[in-house]
Amino acid sequence: MCGDTTRYAVTAAVIVALLACPAAAQETESPGSLFNTDRVNALLLMLAFCGAVLYFIRSSQRGKEMYIRPLPGLEAVEDGVGRATEMGRTVLFIPGTGDIDQAETFAGLAVLGKIAKITARYDTPLMVPCLYPMPLAAASEVVREAYTDAGKPDAFKPDMVRYMAGESFGFSAAVNGWMMREKPATNIFLGQFHAESLLMAETGNAAGAIQIAGTAQPEQLPFFIAACDYTLIGEELYAASAYLSKEPKYLGAVKAQDIFKITLTVLILAGALFTTFDAGWAETFRSWFEVH
Amino acid sequence: MMRGPIPVAVAFLAGIFMVISFFSTNPAIERVSGDFLNWVSIVSGFTILLGVVSIAHANWSKIQRRKEGWPYAVVLRVFRAGMLVSGFSEGVETGTVYDWLFTNLQAPMMTTMFSMLAFFIASAAYRAFRARTLQATLLLVTAIIVMLGRIPVGQAINSNLPDVTNWIMAVPNMAAQRGIIIGAALGAAATALRIILGLERTYMGRG
Repeated sequence: MCGDTTRYAVTAAVIVALLACPAAAQETESPGSLFNTDRVNALLLMLAFCGAVLYFIRSSQRGKEMYIRPLPGLEAVEDGVGRATEMGRTVLFIPGTGDIDQAETFAGLAVLGKIAKITARYDTPLMVPCLYPMPLAAASEVVREAYTDAGKPDAFKPDMVRYMAGESFGFSAAVNGWMMREKPATNIFLGQFHAESLLMAETGNAAGAIQIAGTAQPEQLPFFIAACDYTLIGEELYAASAYLSKEPKYLGAVKAQDIFKITLTVLILAGALFTTFDAGWAETFRSWFEVH
Repeated sequence: MMRGPIPVAVAFLAGIFMVISFFSTNPAIERVSGDFLNWVSIVSGFTILLGVVSIAHANWSKIQRRKEGWPYAVVLRVFRAGMLVSGFSEGVETGTVYDWLFTNLQAPMMTTMFSMLAFFIASAAYRAFRARTLQATLLLVTAIIVMLGRIPVGQAINSNLPDVTNWIMAVPNMAAQRGIIIGAALGAAATALRIILGLERTYMGRG
């Protein structure tokens, strides 16, 4: 706990020291200014959000109860793995088709760790195809560590996490072919997906698998909803690891997101009302949230 | 994979620096942040080797054990070697063997996969639009209006259909999309903060 406090203090100190420089006091922005005063609103919002996340993580670590509403898709995960175990078939997990620099990929990898522990416990075959090499390396470590934590390090096989292709349609062709040959019992798609989402989800449906999907890409959600049994929509993907692990670092962040969502909803409603009733300072209110 | 405090420190410093660069117009800071982004591309380039090793290992074991479909693994190895040799020996410009292989083999295969999307959309839409519940019926009616409003026949049926379509896309559809985007953006920001502070170490295999 003390280590966490020190870490937060150091972070805050670094941010403040680097930003609160003499140039920050300048009223006009110059090409070489250390602090862009046009973005002070973004800085305040960012600091408020970071503060809320850290506060709720600390509260959760101190034992404060935090409720997460049931997510049917995640409640189905254990059933899906159980189904694969009974049928003697594989669980397919795809951590998205985004690279490691996407937050959705991290969200997918966090859930992969929890699912790999379940497959290790039940001795269920697991297959994790990856589109990019960096998520491949991370996913390998996640699965290896999960099997070690479950007390079955020897059950981990490097071929469980596999590079398929470096191009999304080549990747979906390889995954589709594998699905039709191996007939996995459960397919889990969690991460960032693009045009290949429906190709894979519809093939999985045809192969008779139970399918759980989740992405924050609004354009791909209708495809997953149409082709999968359960779909995590947007923020639910980020809440998935909190829901499965109940760890304070995840629960606190979800609580902070909820508080911020309520705040943003109130601000959006206020803006809509000011604009609708043509309040004199509607334009000023709107300008507070413009980022240049 | 490297563990311990070094990767956490690298993630912390790189993350904090990129945040700072967003709030600064200082040329030196912008140059360094640009260099950081270039390093990402360079590191990504090197990691392709990881993928090549992974796919080579998986295919070799398939060929050795004569698993079902092993001749396809041989085809993949032959063409991968062909692309590598032609690319390194004479480059990737127009007229080279690499370009010919890309244009006449890889591009048509990618196009074929993409074009199959139309059939998958049809089968998925058929299931989604079956009017079994009130919500599914609403979805079906809305989809019919939007599809008709996007084509000339729709305008011939009723001249107001394109306007109704535009309203559906710009108001209820956009409102739902923005709600999803705001929630997802907050989730992404919280994940980024956990990574910067070293609370999220999943990428190193630690939960």
